Amino acid sequence: MTADAAALRAPGRLVGAHAGTLTQVGYLARRSITRTVRQPLMIVPSLVFPLFLLAVNSSGLEAATVLPGFPTDSYLSFALGLTFMQGALFATMGAGQSIAGDIQHGFFNRLQLTPLRGRALIAGQLAGVMIQGLIQGIAYLIIALAFGAEFEAGPAGVIVLFALSALVGLAFGSIGLAIGLRTGNAEAVQGVFPLLFVLLFLSSGALPRDLITNDWFQTVATLNPVSYLIEGFRSLFITGWDGEALALAIGLSVAILLFGMWAATAALRTQMERT
Amino acid sequence: MEGTRDNGIEVEGLVREFKKGPRAVDGIDLTVAPGEIYGFLGPNGAGKSTTVHMLTTLLPPTAGTARVAGYDIVEQGPQVRDAIGVALQEAALDQFLTAREHMRLQAGMHGIPKAEALRRGDALIERVGLSDAADRKVGGYSGGMRRRLDLALALVHQPSILFLDEPTTGLDVQSRTALWDEVARLSNDEGATVFLTTQYLEEADALADRVGIIDTGRIVAEGTPESLKDEIGRPTVEAAPLEEADLERMRTALARFGSPQRADRGHVAVRLDERSAELADVVRALDAEGIAISDMEIHAPTLDDVFLAKTGRRLEGAAREAEEAKDTGELEAVPA
Repeated sequence: MTADAAALRAPGRLVGAHAGTLTQVGYLARRSITRTVRQPLMIVPSLVFPLFLLAVNSSGLEAATVLPGFPTDSYLSFALGLTFMQGALFATMGAGQSIAGDIQHGFFNRLQLTPLRGRALIAGQLAGVMIQGLIQGIAYLIIALAFGAEFEAGPAGVIVLFALSALVGLAFGSIGLAIGLRTGNAEAVQGVFPLLFVLLFLSSGALPRDLITNDWFQTVATLNPVSYLIEGFRSLFITGWDGEALALAIGLSVAILLFGMWAATAALRTQMERT
Repeated sequence: MEGTRDNGIEVEGLVREFKKGPRAVDGIDLTVAPGEIYGFLGPNGAGKSTTVHMLTTLLPPTAGTARVAGYDIVEQGPQVRDAIGVALQEAALDQFLTAREHMRLQAGMHGIPKAEALRRGDALIERVGLSDAADRKVGGYSGGMRRRLDLALALVHQPSILFLDEPTTGLDVQSRTALWDEVARLSNDEGATVFLTTQYLEEADALADRVGIIDTGRIVAEGTPESLKDEIGRPTVEAAPLEEADLERMRTALARFGSPQRADRGHVAVRLDERSAELADVVRALDAEGIAISDMEIHAPTLDDVFLAKTGRRLEGAAREAEEAKDTGELEAVPA
């Protein structure tokens, strides 16, 4: 009999100090990131689709820049706000599908049988989303700059761009987690995705709000919080430092994040039935 | 009562009801002694997995109490989870992670320090024969490899009680036997208590010290496999005469040895009713009557006979019925 065997025989033996929340977040984040990196099919669409839309828009809508009052003469620079926002929405789906898949396939139960803390599970998943968002952001920026986009906010602005990108990713990632935890079904999460995508197109993503001539569209775009997130990103590319645009984007992201965390925590409580 | 740190299981009147469904578990009582392998045998949908989910604290019971390793499953969930290792039916693994990464995650979540986790993880991976595949993604593993890894993961925090929910369902004979050997070794050499659910008679027979037979949420029989089979009684002898014309004479001759049973066409079957009557006596009697035998078999009672005697159905038939009931929505599906 080995030393292992002797240890196993000791009845009801406790493991000792349980992993702290931060340690658990570390392990779960590592898993989340490893999973993401090993699934090119999850990363590629979130890299390619926003860039594809960017290419189509910036070549097809270049003429919009001659409209009186259009804030820049580079539609490419203008359209990048939409690209970053779109990337964040992909993160939503990734986070939601990942946790829903865990519930469907029983991995969630495996974790529940350890001294898992609920908040560590949520934070660990979101850490993965943030890393994905960061990789996407770097890729978008490099490609955009290579194609001649402006970036008015300068080097310090790059840090703000990535921070905002991470924050918006977290905010929508928490919404995705809430949906995934509530439904426990990856297909259901996928079903919600188009609804979120509608928010992109009913925003100021393609045109500045004051240049939208259709009344109802302008009203919807003004009420749509996604408009302000896009405008926050956009300001760094075409304006430089626009305190109001950044404050609105950060404030709204934090509000969405708080709502998402509340919803995810509530859903987790229902899903985690363990005693 | 505080946890007594023994490693047995005591269950009293455990009930679980699901919304819009019948009672999946309908008041079960059982005791598993420390170091024992308890086989929980029953068809699909009988309530086995729901019981395991309750005993492992994943699902709160609707009524009743249970203590696992001396801890109450409702009031002391965290202590119960510390004391148990669980391999659930679905062998839930992350197909994008390797065996070693699974080990590191599982050990990390249990708060085992890194160096110790590494050492223990490697030892367990080796023990279940996965060393060569330790750095391969689990997505490419066979069913048997997944179950073995699942078992190794359940052992990483050195639990004293193991819950194995249908550990060999869907495995080929070779993988099944390998897993049986490992479970038997855990119990025999290391004193682990094992609560194992199965729908395979031979598994309960081969592995379990004691068997509880569950059907539609209730335990219908409990005991050692031998005592349960003894309850059913004597073996059945089934014979066919060489000449079909001798069938009636054979029936009369065999009737002296026991009660008639249903038999295949052209055959006669009796369950031997006296302990003294053996196959040899039957053969001698038929010989004395001058009846030539074309075919003769003796069937020792199986746990399936026990199931039949207690429920009026064969285990295999019961499994099929449960499937059909689930398809038509009569039974609430057991939670994943």
